[in-house]
Amino acid sequence: MAGATRTPTNLTQGGKTDAGIGASTLRPDGTLKVTGEFAYSSDMWHEDMLWGFTLRSTEAHAEIVSIDTSEALATSGVYAVLTYDDLPTDVKNYGLEIQDTPVLAHGKVRHHGEPVALVAADHPETARRAAAKIRIEYRQLPLVTDEASATAEGAPLVHEGRDDHHIGHVPHPNIVHRQPIIRGNAAEAAKKADVIVSGEYVFGMQDQAFLGPESGLAVPGEDGGVDLYVATQWLHSDLRQIAPVLGLPEEKVRMTLSGVGGAFGGREDLSMQIHACLLALRTGKPVKIVYNRFESFFGHVHRHPAKLWYEHGATKDGKLTHLKCRIVLDGGAYASASPAVVGNASSLAVGPYVVDDVEIEAIALYSNNPPCGAMRGFGAVQACFAYEAQMDKLAKKLGMDPVEFRQLNAMEQGTIMPTGQPVDSPAPVAELLRRIKAMPLPPEQQWLAAGEGADVRALPGGLSNTTHGEGVVRGVGYAVGIKNVGFSEGFDDYSTARVRMEVLAGVPVATVHTAMAEVGQGGVTVHAQIARTELGVEQVTIHPADTQVGSAGSTSASRQTYMTGGAVKNTCEAVREKVLQLGRAKFGTYHPAWATAELLLEGGKVVTDGGEVLADLVDVLEGEAIDLELEFRHRPTEAFDLVTGQGNGHVQYSFAAHRAVVEVDTELGLVKVIELAVAQDVGKALNPLSVVGQIQGGTTQGLGVAVMEEIIVDPKTAKVRNPSFTDYLIPTILDTPSIPVDVLELADEHAPYGLRGIGEAPTLSSTPAVLAAIRNATGLELNKTPVRPEHLTGT
Amino acid sequence: MRVNFTVNGRKQEADDVWEGESLLYVLRERMGLPGSKNACEQGECGSCTVRLDGVPVCSCLVAAGQVEGREVVTVEGLADYAKQRAEHGGCASGACGTSLDAAQRWQSKPADSQTGENTELSPIQQAFIDAGAVQCGFCTPGLLVAADELLERNDSPSDADIREALSGNLCRCTGYEKILDAVRLAAARGENRTAGQGA
Ligand code: FES
Ligand code: FES
Repeated sequence: MAGATRTPTNLTQGGKTDAGIGASTLRPDGTLKVTGEFAYSSDMWHEDMLWGFTLRSTEAHAEIVSIDTSEALATSGVYAVLTYDDLPTDVKNYGLEIQDTPVLAHGKVRHHGEPVALVAADHPETARRAAAKIRIEYRQLPLVTDEASATAEGAPLVHEGRDDHHIGHVPHPNIVHRQPIIRGNAAEAAKKADVIVSGEYVFGMQDQAFLGPESGLAVPGEDGGVDLYVATQWLHSDLRQIAPVLGLPEEKVRMTLSGVGGAFGGREDLSMQIHACLLALRTGKPVKIVYNRFESFFGHVHRHPAKLWYEHGATKDGKLTHLKCRIVLDGGAYASASPAVVGNASSLAVGPYVVDDVEIEAIALYSNNPPCGAMRGFGAVQACFAYEAQMDKLAKKLGMDPVEFRQLNAMEQGTIMPTGQPVDSPAPVAELLRRIKAMPLPPEQQWLAAGEGADVRALPGGLSNTTHGEGVVRGVGYAVGIKNVGFSEGFDDYSTARVRMEVLAGVPVATVHTAMAEVGQGGVTVHAQIARTELGVEQVTIHPADTQVGSAGSTSASRQTYMTGGAVKNTCEAVREKVLQLGRAKFGTYHPAWATAELLLEGGKVVTDGGEVLADLVDVLEGEAIDLELEFRHRPTEAFDLVTGQGNGHVQYSFAAHRAVVEVDTELGLVKVIELAVAQDVGKALNPLSVVGQIQGGTTQGLGVAVMEEIIVDPKTAKVRNPSFTDYLIPTILDTPSIPVDVLELADEHAPYGLRGIGEAPTLSSTPAVLAAIRNATGLELNKTPVRPEHLTGT
Repeated sequence: MRVNFTVNGRKQEADDVWEGESLLYVLRERMGLPGSKNACEQGECGSCTVRLDGVPVCSCLVAAGQVEGREVVTVEGLADYAKQRAEHGGCASGACGTSLDAAQRWQSKPADSQTGENTELSPIQQAFIDAGAVQCGFCTPGLLVAADELLERNDSPSDADIREALSGNLCRCTGYEKILDAVRLAAARGENRTAGQGA
């Protein structure tokens, strides 16, 4: 079969050798992206290809009585209609950790929008119309929608006959996982408290809302296998789940990463991957699937909505005495990443503070709500929302400055986490708060700046012209958060890199091949920078990510620069060693430094650490190619004890602090965020330009959940009410203020180059900072995200 | 049906177009121009923004039949479009946008490089790269078309002008700050160039 067109290509970038780590090198894929030539997964195309479409459940919990596909199949232009009965093997479910998610619903549907049938046709509209002719008879089943209905006596079970490894320790089969963390004696310590504050907090269901829809192309191979071009966060995890369902060995499912239009956790789970392969293998033709926006809201898991109960105490001189908290995360119909989200929410529930006596419990529910899983911040976001509200309450009750109160209790290097794990790298929490507070505040009443009346564009409500400044009040709020970096709890996390060094057209060049998913974060830029730094070459080629090389692990958990960056670094070091061996063999007799000195590769040459040039790389490498593939692992971690929560569970932590300035029109309940300043410790900024971009992007997602973003699920029917960009709002450029960024670089000696994962931390504290600012402006309590006008006007 | 129109200066015809197809679908799936992006197909995100007779529109909301006989510029043609505009003067007449006459003279030149190295870019494209305004890049084509049109109308926009002009284009990755930087950068470079020529 002729190859697919518009497939991903090599990215080659020449560069000065000083475009190594620490420089704001530009993206190697930038030009392709600004000219429209970059091949995103929805751009895949093949002559003679068909279009796939997924028919989804209109019910949240119902028995499937019958499915009649005959009319759809008889439609002209339709090549295949598949249901559960057409699955080729006994493996009919998949899942990240627990294989509980059906490829196509069988017997019953567990949530609104669950895939039930697939159609392949010669035009997307033909496929859609044929799917509408599939007749499904449902019989409604009782719903489980919250903790009370999930654990009530005689509650219907979302999954009958669970046999996963969490079932032994959960109190009810509708609870996916439970993690308590007990340290010290919270009840005893509470007696020392002069003030106690408690609160119940509600965090709404957020969506990743990446712009590039779930999409890809499956091309059947002559060997009975399939080539899949797709946007994902982890090729090898997909492969592990796809191959068994298709009944193919993994080497017959060849996956290539296509351009990814954002991910934020929403592409950790499979969406259209297996569906496209099934249709391609059935029809013998290439099949492309592209979700529309409506479908995208059903095609990926969301951020867990949460209810959190918190009680803190403090002495009158402002020291925290204890924490008791309970966090209930709604995981929806399938487990996805829920167990790991529970682990994070519980182990980070205390925040970046010293509290010796804690009693924490986090659980995730199974329900008939939409499945929830990974999203930027992963369990730590929900906790941060609650503990930061508590810090403000305590400070207020003690009559202390909220920032000083936080600084007084801030953790630092050496602090013992509630899990018993010591923090063994810099933890500059107090310093980040100091920096944020020291930044100049934006001028008051900016809308008057122009002089001639109010510039309504700068006011809450903007061009809607709802106010000219009357009833507008300003507030300032602070927050700080802690996020773990990488996969925790004993997961054997590794990444693989292949590096080739050779002379091409008279120039030494390096090629880096990994399976890392570039989802926009800039990993491809950083890999080229690392290769330049370690190998002293100018020209680096980044090979497209595919499954022809070992796993890179997931582009999530802020881990990819640490892990795959680490793998590229280690492999480059090994390649360098081989280059030096070659050099010694060829030229060792000419200069004694070959045998004794510390040698480096710089500017295309082998040099001593004193800067003396020993040879040109071109001469050393002439006629040879060095090609190595190595794995990289971080320090091992261990599982949390299921009763006490003790264990060295995390690899590394990252920290960010925000200051939000808001203006609120108290009459209409409209909020305008004027500025969101952020300070973050990044360990080492490998690419400062990208670092700042990540921090601003993460901050904006946190702003979104504070004031507008929420997937609304009807509590009576468990159906999603707003699956569109008309009704699910994400911040526009008008909603997003200026975001000044202060980057701190305190190296973590355990990490490659001292770096710290950065992607997630800025999403944590952004939301509570905005909430704190709105509370400061209005004096209202506000315990729920997002803040809506009715919460501000009491209507 | 058959639709005849001009895309990036070239006469094109699309056959067997079904009446319900959008301009976006015809560009992406029939013309081989996937640069305009399909992020929502409901007019909410601006990723599919193209210029139709000079006016920025969401191509997902334009029925293919509506473009019969008209001029479309997509991100793929942006570099050449900007170049021709620079050569033939900006908006001196006060009649901004592409005149039919100008559009007819205009010819697209396909980019030939796989990696895009050495590709000639329009000022706004270069500014997006230099300012770090591209992350995943899915919003980029639509933003570029909208920003280029803004700069054509207003060569030194205030921040409020930029925000207003780009408020129909969603970006989920960048937080917009670097997009603002990019537009300011392109405007500043344009001013320098004009000042240089005038001196
Ligand atoms: S794809 Fe046209 S506006 Fe979103
Ligand atoms: S860069 Fe990803 S949506 Fe804008």
